[in-house]
Amino acid sequence: MAKQLTIFLENRPGRIQSISKVLVENNMNVWAFTIQDRGEFGLVKLVVDKPQQAQLALVDQGYACAIKEILAVTATDEPGNLAKLTAALLEKNVNIKDAYGFVAPSDRKGICFLEFENPDKVDLEQAIAAHGFTILDDEQLYEL
Amino acid sequence: MDVNYWNPDVETLERGQLEALQLQRLRHIVAQAFKTPFYQKRLTRAGINSPDDIQTLDDLKKIPFAVKDDLRQSFPKGLMAVEMDEVVRIHSSSGTTGIPTVIYYTAEDMENWTNILARSIVATGCTSKDVFQNMMSYGLFTGGLGLHYGTERVGMTVIPIGGGNTRRQIQVMKDFKTTVLHITPSYLLHIHSKLAEYDTTIDDLHLKKAFLGAEPYSENTRKKIEELYNIDAYNSYGLSEMNGPGVAFECVYKEDMHVWEDAYILEIVDPETGDVLPDGEKGEVVLTNLIRSALPLMRYRTRDLAYVHAEPCKCGRTHRRLSRIQGRTDDMLIVNGVNVFPSQIEEVIMAVPEVGTNYQIHLSKAGSLDKLTIQVEIYSKMFTGDINQLDALKRKINDKLKASITINSHIELHEPGSLPVFEGKAKRVVDNREQL
Repeated sequence: MAKQLTIFLENRPGRIQSISKVLVENNMNVWAFTIQDRGEFGLVKLVVDKPQQAQLALVDQGYACAIKEILAVTATDEPGNLAKLTAALLEKNVNIKDAYGFVAPSDRKGICFLEFENPDKVDLEQAIAAHGFTILDDEQLYEL
Repeated sequence: MDVNYWNPDVETLERGQLEALQLQRLRHIVAQAFKTPFYQKRLTRAGINSPDDIQTLDDLKKIPFAVKDDLRQSFPKGLMAVEMDEVVRIHSSSGTTGIPTVIYYTAEDMENWTNILARSIVATGCTSKDVFQNMMSYGLFTGGLGLHYGTERVGMTVIPIGGGNTRRQIQVMKDFKTTVLHITPSYLLHIHSKLAEYDTTIDDLHLKKAFLGAEPYSENTRKKIEELYNIDAYNSYGLSEMNGPGVAFECVYKEDMHVWEDAYILEIVDPETGDVLPDGEKGEVVLTNLIRSALPLMRYRTRDLAYVHAEPCKCGRTHRRLSRIQGRTDDMLIVNGVNVFPSQIEEVIMAVPEVGTNYQIHLSKAGSLDKLTIQVEIYSKMFTGDINQLDALKRKINDKLKASITINSHIELHEPGSLPVFEGKAKRVVDNREQL
């Protein structure tokens, strides 16, 4: 499974810049990011090429940074795929907590990152593959 | 202006006679003090062996100061001068800072206190025709019950509604044509902002006066309240160690508060040296209770800062006047009338594992009410990356704080290491409310 970094940042100018600097200094490449806003603070969510090293670098600089597994689901970029995907997850009682995505320019494949709760501990890879989707791990993301 | 008295003889007593009365009562209190373990030790050590060692009022200076901690250390009965079956009433602080401070009253003590309250109330021009809505909380807090007894003694119609529930307060004001309120200034301002919401205008109300107390406020706040409601607002002063409200009250002229000097000896001292300061100089208010036998307390350091007026008042009362309280010698915060110590807040938040090492307390105004904001740094090692964890953390901190300080606070989460760090004494409290 892919990994996401979640970083606690105060909601004021310059905070995202400051973590970007740490990532640059450590030669990290950011593939996707999103921000969950909560007033005086926000959670910055990053998908980077070297998540473990990035976490260590950020924690070392004093940031509150957690790492967690997320679903990186890919499918061809065509109408109706999101509906199919969410139906597949619903069937397994999986709750989507946050989602963001992009379309990879190389092959026009949509990539969707999902933060999820899987209370029944179902094998998601299998469940989703049954509907024609692929779950990417860090290595596969790197290949894109 | 009409001036009414409750105890005309005492209220206009010539200074020499007033001081003679103080001395006589002080000797009685010293005699009571010798019945307590606390004062037996304290007075003997100061070279006072019997009430006979107090020959003049100047001898008061021989008596050591008492502080809040003495009351705590004496919990529960170290300062009690009578048998428990003579005690008819107990009041107490919330005890949130640790051991509560407990005050005992005999039936005679209650009578004395009720009388000076009646005197205070009449001094503001109230009569038995007034309808009094008591919006202070009842219970162990002296503010609610004290004024309740005093106004009832005057013969006013008393509505013991207590605090909170704005809609109901306004409805009751209309239903019973309330003329006098007892309330904190911040709550009275808040109510004004709600009148429109409850389809009420000032003309629907019959208010004439308000007794404002339980929190410091500025002269400008008083003027604002008087203009908004078209009433007279009277400042008052009291503390449970001195029985409760009624230590000092404004008369109809509203030019600072008469300290009832037959009931309390007032001194203003330099908070650093303890030296007694002359009239007009600002210092710490020190009070000796002359009308309570159950729990004698002399030269009590209130930690309130104020000064005294000695010049005669137009009302004819000879009792000197105390200025508005200018501040506190300690760091106690008063938030919407509730006493909060930064140490209480620290104690709570530092026990929460998800909280980091630094915090700051901010006070501001949200409309007319005080807003307490606690900024805490999160502890990076406890961070799971889950937004629900953070929302729950805020709720948890607020709930735990509320259990200690009784009021809600607004919790703000900050990055580790982001709050200002101080070398030496940390500035934990940032008070952005209007300065008095």
